[in-house]
Amino acid sequence: MSNADTGIGASVKRREDLRFITGEGTYTDDLNQPGQTYAAFVRSPYARARIDAIDVSDALNVDGVIMILTGADMAADGLGDLPCGWMVKQKDGSDMVTAPHPPLATELVNYVGEPYALVIADSRHAARQGAEAVMTDFHELNPVVNLASAAQSEQIHAGIPDNRAYDWELGDKPATEAALAGAAHITRLDLINNRLIPNAMEPRAALGVYEKGTGDYTLYTTSQNPHLERLVLSAFVQVAPEHKLRVVAPDVGGGFGSKIFVYAEETAVIWAAAKVGRPVKWVADRSESFLADAHGRDHVTHVELGLDQSGRFVGLKVQTTANLGAYLSLFGSAVPTYLYGTLLAGQYRTPNIYVEVQGVYTNTSPVDAYRGAGRPEATYVLERVVETAARELGRDPADLRRMNMIQPGDFPYQTPVALVYDIGDYEASLDRALEAIDYQGFPARRIASKDQGKRRGIGFACYIEACGLAPSQLAIQLGAGVGLYESGEIRLNPTGNATVFTGSHSHGQGHETTFAQIVSDKLGIPFDDVEVVHGDTGRVEFGLGTYGSRSLAVGGSALMMAGDKIIAKGRRIAAHLMQASVDDVSFEDGKFLLAASNQSVTIQEVAFAAYVPTSYPEDLEPGLSEKAFYDPKNFTYPAGTHIAEVEIDEATGEVDLVALVAVDDFGEIINPMIVEGQVHGGLAQGVGQALLEHGIYDEQGQLVTGSLMDYCMPRADNLPDFIVDTTITPCTHNPLGAKGCGEAGAIGSTAAVMNAVTDALGVKDLSMPATSEKVWRILKGE
Amino acid sequence: MKVSLTVNGSKHKVDVPSNTLLVDILRDHLGLTGTHVGCDTSQCGACTVHLNGSSVKSCTILAGQAEGVHVTTIEGIGSVTDLHPMQAAFRDRHALQCGFCTPGMIMSAIDLVNTSKGLDNRAVREGLEGNICRCTGYHNIVAAVLQAAEVMQGSSDE
Repeated sequence: MSNADTGIGASVKRREDLRFITGEGTYTDDLNQPGQTYAAFVRSPYARARIDAIDVSDALNVDGVIMILTGADMAADGLGDLPCGWMVKQKDGSDMVTAPHPPLATELVNYVGEPYALVIADSRHAARQGAEAVMTDFHELNPVVNLASAAQSEQIHAGIPDNRAYDWELGDKPATEAALAGAAHITRLDLINNRLIPNAMEPRAALGVYEKGTGDYTLYTTSQNPHLERLVLSAFVQVAPEHKLRVVAPDVGGGFGSKIFVYAEETAVIWAAAKVGRPVKWVADRSESFLADAHGRDHVTHVELGLDQSGRFVGLKVQTTANLGAYLSLFGSAVPTYLYGTLLAGQYRTPNIYVEVQGVYTNTSPVDAYRGAGRPEATYVLERVVETAARELGRDPADLRRMNMIQPGDFPYQTPVALVYDIGDYEASLDRALEAIDYQGFPARRIASKDQGKRRGIGFACYIEACGLAPSQLAIQLGAGVGLYESGEIRLNPTGNATVFTGSHSHGQGHETTFAQIVSDKLGIPFDDVEVVHGDTGRVEFGLGTYGSRSLAVGGSALMMAGDKIIAKGRRIAAHLMQASVDDVSFEDGKFLLAASNQSVTIQEVAFAAYVPTSYPEDLEPGLSEKAFYDPKNFTYPAGTHIAEVEIDEATGEVDLVALVAVDDFGEIINPMIVEGQVHGGLAQGVGQALLEHGIYDEQGQLVTGSLMDYCMPRADNLPDFIVDTTITPCTHNPLGAKGCGEAGAIGSTAAVMNAVTDALGVKDLSMPATSEKVWRILKGE
Repeated sequence: MKVSLTVNGSKHKVDVPSNTLLVDILRDHLGLTGTHVGCDTSQCGACTVHLNGSSVKSCTILAGQAEGVHVTTIEGIGSVTDLHPMQAAFRDRHALQCGFCTPGMIMSAIDLVNTSKGLDNRAVREGLEGNICRCTGYHNIVAAVLQAAEVMQGSSDE
């Protein structure tokens, strides 16, 4: 294949597919070790209780049970707590209040499903039987489940009054309140952002191996960021020192955020492997995934948008209570603050914005990043209130947005909520989306639906997101515990092919293809000669992993930098081979050229010379392998317009999503096929939140939606074909001009669908998900 | 209990506890890890295989029910160098991302095409209702199944 078929911009078929479609993928549960044992976790049946006594005698008698380990055993071994990696500063400048989070609970359990012991056995079945035979005396305590009243409820954690982890703010409160006081019109809205359960199709799993002879640990696990996992397990939990711990994330079956975090289970498994002296394997049941994977969203918000006589936004005030769950998960504190409040300017020139967020503990599973992580919540607030304002004022929702949009000439644009947008063309996406949905034809379609006993509605969302996390110094200033650069290494082998190492991780995104395209394009090496390695701390130097739509913008940029270094060294070698001055050697399409004499040497010849230096510069090291760490200069700002059109059956309340358009600006695109796929998947999750999905706890803190029979996942017949398109303004500050595409679908679509449903029903609000029952009740006037 | 069954054309005898599920026989005893377990309520379809030619969720079949059956798994329908038209279409239309639901989705889709005439977008969506994919939003899966159906039904008419 020529480079045009495989380079940047080509929809190259994915090379990873060949193993997946033939059943040859290697997920964690597909790995087994000689002498392997199986772990089953003993989990709290109560949302809040004191552990008075644990009796393991019956369990130890179960045939096949080898060992039972409790939280007390873990504490006795000196293992540390699971940390929260982002320190949020409160309004008064003080640090947020963090509750201790032991991997295995010792004295108190704080959510249903919290692990407090594990049973190791010869078989999976024996381990489960053993777990069921552990007898625990619990003293039940009153659980705190309701988010809105959590501050007035019993105190969950000692030393944390009002169950409040933090009271955080951003923006100018007096200026915003003054702007609202002077506004010609204020639109007010109370919104709930429903709790979601991520449900990657591969349940979490871990296989821990300890080598007695060397003291080396290897943890195979379902992680989006194996190096971060290793860092946390060594530096904070202190299971093993970093240089003695290898973390491998092999093929991983989806993440959507839920596999970013360091959990109790893999911590316990790698620790137990040394205790037992045999490999230990654990694979979650789906039921365990529901209880013990970090959940997403779960906000209660009041928003006020002030507009002047002409419809210009003058002020936006947002008050949010965010459910953090029982403990602060790894990035749980940052999601409802820095990844949320900073996005509330959206695509608009609103001059005054103020947001305050109360982060509260409840006796529910920890809440953390789920696809979009804060940005869907921000978009939901802003785009619901903007649409509502348009309806209250009798304005066309597209026109009202258009008159408030930041214009191409306004960039770089400093928002009132900390971010500096580098580039965008928001009207271009809006116009393309209006055309794609045939906005002009909507009134006629609405009438046609009405004639058939159906109500039709249309809804918009013009979203922005901050991706490419993140400029390290800025992130650390804002409380991040680590830098958020990415590493990349290109190793040219003596025979001229390339092995590429990235700290980014692919669990469906297709890095093995996309990153090979980048390197192939950059160095002029055939696509098939580029191999991409990821997901193994034993092979890749370092990395921060994949989340926040960062892989291409940050990890891809690191590879571009490594490529520049390869070219720079290659020029010196080539100059020597061609007996020329380095300054006269240029590089193009895999060839080092000497224009004056029309001589050239290929990059493969240069690689060979680097390893077999028969004729070689005296002062140059042999070898042709270069690495780079790319630290972003700014966030990237993907943006776009999503428009949903729904038809509601008056008899049943069923919401039929008849059309969903997404026009997104992701900057430069490496593989359009993969980008479209990412958008499709995000849209499905966004629609799922709007119409189907809801993680529900009862008053006792029991998870009512604890299986796939209760929690409504989007299925093929719930969704339409999507209409997707892109506009492009290249990112101004990274070498690829790329912004990131992984989350956009889930960010814009939820608000668009709910705007369409409320439009069809003629109601101001309706809590998500808009199930047929809820809609039917509204239609009946209940 | 002892169970004899034919998997991908090869005869096997396994000795397993009677509460063993077919999916566990395939994965743990025969090493056929292409068939996946995604849930514990027979909802997700990741474990779908063909039993005597029809698609079943292999987490719903107990060892005793597997006596004498012919099972085809994802490993039995094609290989990297000789893809089944459905496998080829999934790759061609980018109908998979993380790949975890894919084997079950492909096995269901083959049975759907084998047992349906005149498939359209809606019929494919309804036919795959028992298989959950969290990555793709199904858009490209539907396109792949329709593309494969043309190839499969075209060739079966010859």
